[in-house]
Amino acid sequence: MMRASPARMVLYVISALVLVYLILPVLIIAPISFSSARFLTFPPPSFSLRWYQQYFSNPAWMQATRVTLTVALLTVVIATPFGVAAAYAISQSKLRIMRLIHMALLLPLVVPIIITAVGIFFVYAKVGLVATMPGLVLANVMLGLPYVVISVLAGLQSFDPAQEMVARSLGMNRLRSFFAVTLPQIKSSVVAGGIFAFISAMDETIVALFISGGQYQPLTKRMFTALRDEIDPTIAAISTLMTAASFMLVLLASTRQKRGG
Amino acid sequence: MLALVSPALLVIFALIVLPVGWLAWQSIYHDGFTLENYRRVFTEDVYWRSFALTFEISLAVTGIALLLGYPVAYLANSVPKGWSILILSLVVLPFWTSVLVRAYAWLALLQRTGVINQFLRYLDVISEPLALVHNTFGTVVATVHILLPFMVLPLYATMQKIPNDLMQAGASLGASPSLTFMRVFLPLSLPGVLAGCTMVFVLCLGFYITPELLGGGRTVMVSMLVSRNVELYNQFGAASAVAVVLLLSVLAIFFVVSRFISLDRVLGQK
Repeated sequence: MMRASPARMVLYVISALVLVYLILPVLIIAPISFSSARFLTFPPPSFSLRWYQQYFSNPAWMQATRVTLTVALLTVVIATPFGVAAAYAISQSKLRIMRLIHMALLLPLVVPIIITAVGIFFVYAKVGLVATMPGLVLANVMLGLPYVVISVLAGLQSFDPAQEMVARSLGMNRLRSFFAVTLPQIKSSVVAGGIFAFISAMDETIVALFISGGQYQPLTKRMFTALRDEIDPTIAAISTLMTAASFMLVLLASTRQKRGG
Repeated sequence: MLALVSPALLVIFALIVLPVGWLAWQSIYHDGFTLENYRRVFTEDVYWRSFALTFEISLAVTGIALLLGYPVAYLANSVPKGWSILILSLVVLPFWTSVLVRAYAWLALLQRTGVINQFLRYLDVISEPLALVHNTFGTVVATVHILLPFMVLPLYATMQKIPNDLMQAGASLGASPSLTFMRVFLPLSLPGVLAGCTMVFVLCLGFYITPELLGGGRTVMVSMLVSRNVELYNQFGAASAVAVVLLLSVLAIFFVVSRFISLDRVLGQK
């Protein structure tokens, strides 16, 4: 580094402290989860896998995990094609209404989630979707759509639509030329968008608090309830696993995005 | 082309437009039109205090996030590429941990028998554990932590666009580094400040999980007012009115801000 003036030194110190503040809470959970202590003590007295054991041997936690994984997978399967189709239409069409539609698709990011959650709860209560699997999946599809749309739109920006014209002039129909020419080139952003939708569904808590119940409660709802009552290190084990899963998925998404598209 | 957007649009309509519309309707209609719910929101103490507290906390969180985020963005902007990538990755890393997980982490750090209190007692700085959580303090600490990336990213994006030549021109004309910063760099970074502050403030207004878990029941933010009216008191009309007022506040802020900077700048960061 260059010679550092006093002002520069202050800048380094402040930035370092802020970065520690950002990272520390993310890193603190893993050691707690491997501790043998019943209560939070730091540093942990000895290494133990008892909280992981507790998690994997508890039928309620396992059922919640199944719900979370099913919801997240179904969300990706539905939100990805919906989002890709919408992003494609928005980028190709010159209709003025598309600008408005684009904004509408980003609504889930703008409306405070607590409002969305309560609103969905009222609507679901009328149509009998409270505490059901389809209800949970539909809500998460809506929340995941913006991630797919944003990611795919970014991918389409560097794609030259003339290529698809060529394919069509050679006799392919629109659908075939999309799958043969366009999709392979934006594949990375499609995958990245799908991964973000998956993470969004896996982490979603607030809507689930209102609309999920009975045997269809995702992990986050059970964690929230458990956290309100007492601090059980089982949560640390689950948190560590969830964080590891998120990071691996983000890593996967970002390497994909870098490879172009 | 419209056929291609219709599935997505249908989902958005059924699961956000319709539900929010329903809330709005429910807030003014109960066996006939009534403004009773709004009268309560605007006159009853509980509601007023909660709205005031929410705005205060949001302001504090925004201010602290700006103070913490600006130096980090500035540093990331002024170091070689490899370093700035490292700094930005550290900033967005917590982004991908669930808000719930982070609330748990803060509980582990801040509670009476938590890591920080143990550490301070070990150092003999304190004899009694400090009340760091289950109050407004804990809520603010954890909320700033969650929202800080939304401040740093737009700041960094704006700083990136400030040409370096301008600073060199300032220096060659004899201005000290601090003067160049105050007169050239800072004013040019203001759009990023506005974008970051808007995002943080608006997100904070609707925060739910963090105050619920770290506020200890005393820090009743607007979102908690909504959920309690639904879950505990079955006051659907009142809950709806509170939600509508919250939503209108958010939209009003976006509208005012859009007069100064493009909203894409505020929203396009994720």
